[in-house]
Amino acid sequence: MTRSDVQLMLDVKSGDERSFELLLQRYRTPLVNFLYRMVRSREQAEDLAQEVFIRVYRAREEYVPSAKFTTWLFRIATNLALNSLRDHRYQKLEMSIDAPLTDSEEGDERPFEVADKHPTVEQELVEEERKKMIRHAIEKLPEKQRAAVLLHKYQELDYAEIAKILSCSESALKSLLFRAYEMLRVELAPLVRRGKEAK
Amino acid sequence: MMSCTKMEERILAYVDGRLKDSERSETEKHLASCAACRVRVNEFRSVGELLDELPQVEPSPAFDVRVRARVAAEPVKQSWWAWLRPSPRIAFAASALLVATLWIDYHSTVIAPLIPPDEADAQMMQDISVMEDHDTLANFEPLKELPPPVDNADDTDDSDHQM
Repeated sequence: MTRSDVQLMLDVKSGDERSFELLLQRYRTPLVNFLYRMVRSREQAEDLAQEVFIRVYRAREEYVPSAKFTTWLFRIATNLALNSLRDHRYQKLEMSIDAPLTDSEEGDERPFEVADKHPTVEQELVEEERKKMIRHAIEKLPEKQRAAVLLHKYQELDYAEIAKILSCSESALKSLLFRAYEMLRVELAPLVRRGKEAK
Repeated sequence: MMSCTKMEERILAYVDGRLKDSERSETEKHLASCAACRVRVNEFRSVGELLDELPQVEPSPAFDVRVRARVAAEPVKQSWWAWLRPSPRIAFAASALLVATLWIDYHSTVIAPLIPPDEADAQMMQDISVMEDHDTLANFEPLKELPPPVDNADDTDDSDHQM
């Protein structure tokens, strides 16, 4: 029987280290992905994800299941990511938004499924350009909007949960998400149109 | 009739399929009569599909190792009441202290039994007669100058003469 996140965390609180290992296995990939899309550096994302797990472990004695475990986990992750971005803002400003991504950034991403047909070099280039455009569109979002979109789209958290993570009201979150999707719609306009033409 | 401003609040929930039935039918009524909102709904759906195209990254193999190492390096928290918890070291130390106390108590009683002062004086007086045969008396100088004791036979003769 699969134990819930809250049950696992309560078991960690009682001194069961194996339950912490299960939480690590359950959330390592979602956390690293969320942080990677927030800070755009694989190394930094892994460092921050480690920090999230350590903070969870340190807080085990005081843990009270007053909210969903994911709310708590992603709240820690979001705060760490926003602080990290703030710390590196000066460095970020120096980087051009159009500068090509480094090999480490590009090479880190692996698709969910391996394509069963072999695309041509041209198709691969078009595909890569498309992904780059999507990544840049997300990157251009203001930090809080970016966090909201990532939590909404990739973690599939409900609005109330995302609002708690971002410390805002549910109506403020809906407004934040609307503005973010509007911005993405404008940024990705060429792809959005192409998508419509293909249908 | 719902306004376009109200639609802005609901559009994502509608695209996500998270609206209540009543809200959804109200939204669909508005969409049926508003081309601009219909376009926006389609484009929001398209944006969502584009975001799905981004591949997922996997943490590096060293990630788990590093987390486990950091967890192992975390200091063990000792609460104020921790000393009350059962501990083999504390149990051993307490047992050893108890055994040592009992041993010392038992042996001190055997080595130096408690005798009341009067009883001790009486004991010493009894022991004086035993000391007569002791070396101290045998080596006492004034006693050495005395004439040697006479034989028992002579004692008998003398007694006979006196009689």
